[in-house]
Amino acid sequence: MKTPLHKLNWLNAFKEAAIAGAVTFTLFSVLLGINIYQNSNNDTMIRLRPALLVGFSLFAAALRFCIILKQSLQLQVPAHKKIGWFEKVEPHLQPILVGLMAFFPIIMLGLLGGQASTKWIDNYGIVIMIYIMLGWGLNIVVGLAGLLDLGYVAFYAIGSYTYALLAQHYGFSFWMALPVAGVMAALWGIMLGFPVLRLRGDYLAVVTMAFGEIIRAVAVNWRELTGGGAGINVPKITFFGLPFNANEDGFAAYFGLEFMPIHRSIFLYYVIFTLAIITAIITIKLKKLPIGRAWEALREDEIACRSLGINTRNTKLTAFAIGAMFGGLAGAFFGARQGFLTPESFSFEESVLILATVVFGGMGSLTGVVLASIALFGGMEILREFSFVEQLIGIDPNRLRMLIVGLGMVLMMLWKPRGLISTRTPTVFLKQKKSISGNLVKEGHG
Amino acid sequence: MQNWQSDPVLCVEHLTMRFGGLTAVKSLSFDVGRGDITALIGPNGAGKTTVFNCITGFYKPTEGRIGLRHGIIDFDIGKQAATQSSSYVTHSAGGAVYLLERMPDHLIAKQAKVARTFQNIRLFAGMTLIENLMVAQHNALMLASNFTFGGLLGFKTYTTAERAAKEKAAFWLEKIDLLDRADMPAGDLPYGAQRRLEIARAMCTDPVLLCLDEPAAGLNPRESADLNTLLRSIRSDHGTSILLIEHDMSVVMEVSDHVVVLDYGIKISDGTPDFVKSDPKVIAAYLGVDDDELEGAESEVSA
Ligand SMILES: Nc1ncnc2c1ncn2[C@@H]1O[C@H](COP(=O)(O)OP(=O)(O)OP(=O)(O)O)[C@@H](O)[C@H]1O
Ligand SMILES: [Mg+2]
Repeated sequence: MKTPLHKLNWLNAFKEAAIAGAVTFTLFSVLLGINIYQNSNNDTMIRLRPALLVGFSLFAAALRFCIILKQSLQLQVPAHKKIGWFEKVEPHLQPILVGLMAFFPIIMLGLLGGQASTKWIDNYGIVIMIYIMLGWGLNIVVGLAGLLDLGYVAFYAIGSYTYALLAQHYGFSFWMALPVAGVMAALWGIMLGFPVLRLRGDYLAVVTMAFGEIIRAVAVNWRELTGGGAGINVPKITFFGLPFNANEDGFAAYFGLEFMPIHRSIFLYYVIFTLAIITAIITIKLKKLPIGRAWEALREDEIACRSLGINTRNTKLTAFAIGAMFGGLAGAFFGARQGFLTPESFSFEESVLILATVVFGGMGSLTGVVLASIALFGGMEILREFSFVEQLIGIDPNRLRMLIVGLGMVLMMLWKPRGLISTRTPTVFLKQKKSISGNLVKEGHG
Repeated sequence: MQNWQSDPVLCVEHLTMRFGGLTAVKSLSFDVGRGDITALIGPNGAGKTTVFNCITGFYKPTEGRIGLRHGIIDFDIGKQAATQSSSYVTHSAGGAVYLLERMPDHLIAKQAKVARTFQNIRLFAGMTLIENLMVAQHNALMLASNFTFGGLLGFKTYTTAERAAKEKAAFWLEKIDLLDRADMPAGDLPYGAQRRLEIARAMCTDPVLLCLDEPAAGLNPRESADLNTLLRSIRSDHGTSILLIEHDMSVVMEVSDHVVVLDYGIKISDGTPDFVKSDPKVIAAYLGVDDDELEGAESEVSA
């Protein structure tokens, strides 16, 4: 496959593009090409959408064309020596991202004013921040220790139900319940850890996925405890005892402010921001401690770890426990924000999306998780603003949400198979710190 | 009397390892002398790696006892006492005897202090050289970091211990001539250097016994000579006994004090290099002589 640079394989690229277009056309002909709807008389009508179908197929063909060309270009460079431009930019990106996260509500407030910015802080800021924290927690298990966990949402659920139940039965406040939720989730992390210690890779993924579903099924069916599908009420977060309402004893009245819902949003944002930053700081510190190095060594080669006297059982269990703990903390926050919990919030789809941020982020990179969360959850949220496109293409883009996410994932993995930040930064160095190309770093086998 | 008879560090007795119907190692007994370089040789598939895996706990032997001695305790009495106890170790004032077949692999490395390398190198490829050597000091550092809590809070004991660990890693990198590549990923090293790094990593666990599975495989003559120097210095400067598997007879004859020969899981010869070299059974096994001829050779020896 030694195609010289000037002899790009155009013919091959055209051929591959044609095939890709034809396959897409066939696969999506029914899905996109035919629209079944009911008219005002409730008759079932069929409408053809040839433009959408052809457009989609052409798009796929063009994509394939670019990929083939890019591949023939790439053959020139020895793959594993390469550190992409994105990784070089990354160190400068970190302070910008932290600054952005720290001042996001203030920036929004300044730009849009008190009314319009509430939506941005609530739907974008807080939501993305929750997923960043979840991504960072899962990153310990998947990114560092290399244990593929598809049921992470279980710990998120355990955290929120812990808070909900403690508040309901024992009158715990959010701040009192928070540590309990973390400990509870960590204990369940260990409980899950024990049976799966011997499992690796796909098998581990399947069992953890089942664990996530079990927790959800318990939440649905144990109606006396959790309220089942009807849900359970959770006391909303207070400002250290001051509720966010328009009453005399509310936060706004106490500080002599005019009541505005945005106070609560900003407070919530900074609570989750603080929790997330604590997660990040602890992760960064752990990475440089023997336990963190053992996690990464475990991902690289478990057998070699054992030959060096590392107790791999305890090492895996601590990874599960600490990862789960952060999930539980985020869960308690989620409960306090929602004020109402149903098991539907903890579906398998959530686990997959959280895992996606870690995989997209790449290599246990904290920055990567932030970028991936912004892209994924910001992107899905922003799609709501594009409902008007329905007039143009005949279908509401929100209904194509998962399709677009899937397409994005495929593109992303083609561009950067090892995630956005595909380099690893060493945890200790003698003379100079140099990033390690992702091609050398293992993904872990379970 | 030979050193391995008078002052053994490892004593393998009637070791048998079966995989289903296949008996990879059959009633194997041999001793490894303290401070010796002992070579375990034999044709392909003889069961050498299997013996290593039994010693280091990666396989549970089907039958047999593997004793390892620290210090000056009487080996026979120690083994006896440990065997009768429910534990895997007996301590005495001067030392301890471990029964390796009763221990899980990580405790063999941590407590009995047996380190090993692998036939197909197992480095942490995505970690730097120095990180590889730091991971090897995990247990010491873990203790110094108060099982992470002290380390998280930045206690002095941990920072001091970490600095010492880095110095130790640098010492070994210097010794294997890779100090200038300390911050490179291990996966980027050429083959010979990877082999040396794996030995250095094993040495960072401060082993009493170092087991090397074909350390000279794939090395060029110069690297091979350097390896011999390294092995000799490990033995003389660090008091570590070495058990090595080797195919290259010239390496074996040059560095080893004691040679054990395996063929089809059975010990066919055991002695000094000179003794083994002239043993007709060894010659027969290596050159592939027929069984009847071998019997002839055997009677010649006993005559
Ligand atoms: N885990 C296992 N399961 C089944 N059979 C095994 C296993 N490990 C080793 N064997 C078998 O035991 C025999 C001895 O293998 P071993 O790897 O110990 O040989 P070796 O002397 O190290 O050979 P080489 O010089 O090729 O490394 C072989 O027949 C091998 O197929
Ligand atoms: Mg072998």
